[in-house]
Amino acid sequence: MSVITYRQALRDTLRAEMHRDENVFLLGEEIGVFEGSYKITEGLLKEFGERRVRDTPIAEEGFVGAAIGAAMLGLRPVVEIMTINFSLIAIDQIINHAAKIYGMFGGQTSVPMVIRTPGGGGQQLGATHSQNIELFYSFIPGLKVLAPSTPAEAASMLRAAIRDDDPVLFLENLGLYNTKGEVPDGDESVAEIGRAAVTREGTDITLIGYSRMAMVAGQVAEKLAAEGISVEVVDLRSLRPLDRDTIVESVRKTGCAVVAEDDWLTYGIGAEIAASIQEGAFDYLDAPVRRVAMAEVPMPYAKPLETAALPSIDSITTAVKETLSAVGRRVG
Amino acid sequence: MPVTTSHEEPELIQLLTPEGEFKEHPDYPLDISAEEMRGLYRDLALVRRLDTEAVALQRQGELGLWASLLGQEAAQVGSGRALRPNDMAFPSYREHGVAWCRGVAPKDLLALFRGVTNGGWNPDDHGFHLYTIVIGTQALHATGYAMGIQRDGALGEDGSAVIVYFGDGATSQGDTNEAFVYAAVNNAPVVFFCQNNQWAISEPLERQSRVPLYRRAEGFGFPGVRVDGNDVLACLAVTRAALHNAREGQGPSLIEAFTYRMGAHTTSDDPTRYRMSAELEEWKAKDPLLRLHTFLTRNGLADEAFFAAVEEEAGRLGERIRTECRALPDPAPLDIFHEVYAEPHHHIDRQRAEFADYLASFEGADAEGGR
Repeated sequence: MSVITYRQALRDTLRAEMHRDENVFLLGEEIGVFEGSYKITEGLLKEFGERRVRDTPIAEEGFVGAAIGAAMLGLRPVVEIMTINFSLIAIDQIINHAAKIYGMFGGQTSVPMVIRTPGGGGQQLGATHSQNIELFYSFIPGLKVLAPSTPAEAASMLRAAIRDDDPVLFLENLGLYNTKGEVPDGDESVAEIGRAAVTREGTDITLIGYSRMAMVAGQVAEKLAAEGISVEVVDLRSLRPLDRDTIVESVRKTGCAVVAEDDWLTYGIGAEIAASIQEGAFDYLDAPVRRVAMAEVPMPYAKPLETAALPSIDSITTAVKETLSAVGRRVG
Repeated sequence: MPVTTSHEEPELIQLLTPEGEFKEHPDYPLDISAEEMRGLYRDLALVRRLDTEAVALQRQGELGLWASLLGQEAAQVGSGRALRPNDMAFPSYREHGVAWCRGVAPKDLLALFRGVTNGGWNPDDHGFHLYTIVIGTQALHATGYAMGIQRDGALGEDGSAVIVYFGDGATSQGDTNEAFVYAAVNNAPVVFFCQNNQWAISEPLERQSRVPLYRRAEGFGFPGVRVDGNDVLACLAVTRAALHNAREGQGPSLIEAFTYRMGAHTTSDDPTRYRMSAELEEWKAKDPLLRLHTFLTRNGLADEAFFAAVEEEAGRLGERIRTECRALPDPAPLDIFHEVYAEPHHHIDRQRAEFADYLASFEGADAEGGR
């Protein structure tokens, strides 16, 4: 067992997959000589050369479109979009083409590509560079959207994404790159796409998150355990396909739920989770499902304002305690 | 990889050589007094000081970020001083020198990078639009604005033109290329001013284009010209001519100001990771201030007392910038709701009220949510 960062897990996995399959290649802005804006591709140009690691012009629609073409030929491009915000320029290629080609071409050609891209606020990058817009892609049939929260998940899910024959949007998070976790030595596990995980068992309440919020949910659970509150944490891991069964099963057990999301509340991912809970566990619910999300404002650049706009351990803890109070349970 | 498709060296419009020699150009006669030339030197020196101070303030934690213009002062001051009050400039995020020429106070620029405001000045007051962070988008906005001027019939000698600033990297973006298409077919009064500083963060020009950038214009159907971006006189003359043509209804043009980003892309970047120090040394010899200093001195247009006075003024500016920056107030948490919509919105009102209650639940909180 080794303890490595989320960043290292991604880099090691990319490298191993490139050794495993000659058809895997990388393209994106600043990924070669500069080794990636967030250093995920560090050392890969030196090791694999320009044929496998391609620096592109600043033209996101261009390189995503080109990757789709390469994928249709049978290559396995792994595109890096510097942040999910820049995917907006490529959104027509992603939604109208990558997600549709298999069906629109009568199943004749699949698009086995991965788009790796980080979301995440909290880095003081301003309103156009701090959005969590994975919802846009999670809404689209034909795409798969993965959102790992730990180094081990990042590795096994990236392996799954690269080997999958469909286009996968692989959501990373700026706030997770430096986080550490255990990864088994020589691990070659391939995650099952579309499976959530109960990352901490509990009995009082279900706390649901994904990506950075799954990590924060774990911290909230840890904190509340010291107060005698038993929180079950569900890490969604896959936003499409969504594993409703795992969510519903947990809520049937605990009887109440809070969803923590790093996006905006109205129409956000949490709305889908709450709807799924009432469909699958209505008779088991002792309290309304609570959602904790960002303030519905463009992300401020000033540090104190950005902090105010983001969900926090405190705001999630408050929501958990209020939910438990609402059902008349003891709150520590 | 070949950078050009022809063996001909692209023509570089230059009026002042790096050695400080003045040479006439038949297409760009320059009508300028000695006083105006001294004024340009003062601009270059003060803008450089503004930039140096801002980098230092960022390093001290007073600014979140700064995009240095070091090395690009002549491109910005030359083009900025070519503008008339009626003209409108659309900047990217590095045009501190143009902002200076348009009368935007240094503290208002710093306020943006400090996070005190998302704006900082009224574009109409200065004929200088707000900074755009996303690459290339402002080229379309400028084109639309120029089409508005055209629609208003505000062309001619007393009319207006638009200039839009972007970098070499932005020429790869679809937005910029679509702006070229729209400006061309509508004959819009817009000057596309590309500061080719050779680097799009870590990606050199040959990653963006196989032809000199100014030649892109020809394919869209308007003229393009390459000017020495470190030559403030040439930048002034070429931009004046392009703006004049735009005002006179001759449509758009592209100016490629050939220059060099002597500093980092932003304070978050470290250029030593991807470029050679020899390249920087080579460009230092082409420094925009140096050549004007040499020219003014050699021709008796400015004396030591003038340069000493400019230096002293730069020192005072630096001090003022440091003081004003530190005095900028921190915004209060409830401010996050202020600028979401121009009109009242019940959803925002409710969120603001809930958030105010949440903040008030902390001890010692004041009414504005500050602590």
